[in-house]
Amino acid sequence: MSTRDWLLEDSPHSRWQANVGRAYRVFTALLRNPLSVLGGIIILALVLTAIFAPWLAPYSAIGQDLANRLAPPSSTHLMGTDELGRDIFSRVIWGSQITLTIVGLVALISAPLGLLVGAVAGYFGGWTDRLLMGFTDIFLSMPKLILALAFVAALGPGINNAIIAIAITSWPAYARIARAETLTIRNSEFIAAVQLQGASPLRVIVGHVLPLCTSSMIIRVTLDMAGVILTAAGLGFLGLGAQPPLPEWGAMISRGRTFILDQWWVATMPGFAIIIVSLGFCFLGDGLRDVLDPKNEGK
Amino acid sequence: MPTTETPDSAFVTRRRWRRRLGAIAGFVVTVFLTFLGLLAITFFIGRVIPIDPVLAVVGDRASNEVYAAARTAMGLDQPLVVQFFHYVVNVFSGDLGQSVSTGRSVVEDLSRFFPATLEMATIGILIGVLLGVPLGVIAASRQGSLIDQIIRVVGLLGYSMPAFWLGLVGLALFYAKLRWVGGPGRLDIFYDGLVAPATGLLLVDSLLAGEIDIFWNAITHLVLPASVLGFFSLAYIARMTRSFMLDQLSQEFVTTARVKGVPERVVIWRHAFNPIRVPLITVIGLSYAGLLEGSVMIETVFSWPGIGNYLTTALLNADMNAVLGSTLVIGAVFIFINKISDVLYRVLDPRAR
Repeated sequence: MSTRDWLLEDSPHSRWQANVGRAYRVFTALLRNPLSVLGGIIILALVLTAIFAPWLAPYSAIGQDLANRLAPPSSTHLMGTDELGRDIFSRVIWGSQITLTIVGLVALISAPLGLLVGAVAGYFGGWTDRLLMGFTDIFLSMPKLILALAFVAALGPGINNAIIAIAITSWPAYARIARAETLTIRNSEFIAAVQLQGASPLRVIVGHVLPLCTSSMIIRVTLDMAGVILTAAGLGFLGLGAQPPLPEWGAMISRGRTFILDQWWVATMPGFAIIIVSLGFCFLGDGLRDVLDPKNEGK
Repeated sequence: MPTTETPDSAFVTRRRWRRRLGAIAGFVVTVFLTFLGLLAITFFIGRVIPIDPVLAVVGDRASNEVYAAARTAMGLDQPLVVQFFHYVVNVFSGDLGQSVSTGRSVVEDLSRFFPATLEMATIGILIGVLLGVPLGVIAASRQGSLIDQIIRVVGLLGYSMPAFWLGLVGLALFYAKLRWVGGPGRLDIFYDGLVAPATGLLLVDSLLAGEIDIFWNAITHLVLPASVLGFFSLAYIARMTRSFMLDQLSQEFVTTARVKGVPERVVIWRHAFNPIRVPLITVIGLSYAGLLEGSVMIETVFSWPGIGNYLTTALLNADMNAVLGSTLVIGAVFIFINKISDVLYRVLDPRAR
């Protein structure tokens, strides 16, 4: 029996085989959609760039070369240099580490938080539901960027506080999704079976409800990552996110603002990096939605 | 027979009115609760998290007595609930405190800066609606064509392009290179302050004063930031219009109309477009609210003297009253537009009644 047959077997012999088989099916379905392949490649490239930045970047991210200030793009400096003679291409490469950290941490904080709130609200219903969802709706109906700005203003500028502020503003959407999913599976027979075996609510939610919410969660988180990148870059642009000399893309654009009329490359180059990475998350998210949630196909 | 119909229809009317009143009451309650939530958040940010507000007033070298006196004077020795109550009362009586950086009251500052934002966002949404809706309809009616592909790309770029970056690129290209538009600010310097502010909307004020030169100058300054904002609402509106239209065009009544030989133009603009007008209103409302938020970034790029610029300046000066005041106003407008479009949807769509 080949590996492929083992993966696609109709009656898997273990939970492990079923999970791997399902992942394999999703993967092959994704491969059939060129845009999601492109998105996957972009995200993979981002991760690899972040890991191998020390070897990929031709210059240091903070080393200054004042003799070469504001040099236009050339073969030695692919994207030119900034006002301190730092190589913009190298800084964009190093910046991928910061972007990846922000995206990863925001997802790690806000998705589980939203999942938990939504699942608890949906599972218990009644007043718990009304309270938690009322709270969620209040957060949902507020402007995210403004709220993040106010939080950063209170916590103080810096990359950690920017991550916290963005995470605080993005969990409510996940809570809504998790609640909707929980409501549809709450009354299923397998949940009743587990309950009759005496499982505690915690065990039912963590062991049997949450795993079924993950696929819609993964779709939503992937699609949201473009927005997270834009918000983080916006905070950096306003001087409230990553602080100099960190090569954060939004902060780099902000530095280039002064020179935009004559040395356009300083501000524009990091912008292309932001667009490409955000597009990558959009493509991958769209592809995942088509594969994991066929209801919405074509929208 | 009138005898059997009258009580029935009276009953139906009464029930309908009761339901409508219930919907209005529900609307008022949710709006009120959401505002209260917004207030709670700004209160929380302003009083609980940051550096000690008493120290901010008396300085960190004040004696313990001075500190305690200031603390009592500011009402900070009272329980949080009481403090929150005072805060809510103050906000509803129009007191948002003093701005440290401008020296004026925050309310006065905000009413001075808000019209500039309103003007820019309104022109932006006009661009978004007037271009986005037709483009979305065309894309849906020619699915898979070149124009459909272009609109999809535009839609994706709207999700992945930083607004401040697009603004900067626009400035570099259309202002510095091509000289097609005016630079940052609302007017050229030598026109500044020539028109007495009546509404605060420069386009209206200059026309009222009969100053055509200033009107044109204001337009050249407004067109770029408003187009950048318009691009983002266009991307969103076109995407949503396209998907609504695709839904309608796959319905059976559309097929029936086509089979009967109704011209394609009528099928698209009457049969398919009419039902989507109501959901589109919600989309446009959301997009307008989003533009108010997006203007924060754009105003910083274009040195546009609006509420967003005021907010970011206050942020950098750690002027907490101004930050919380503008957060509150932008948040309140945002919530209000959101809820209004939600209610409009329910009032206009017969199925949702």
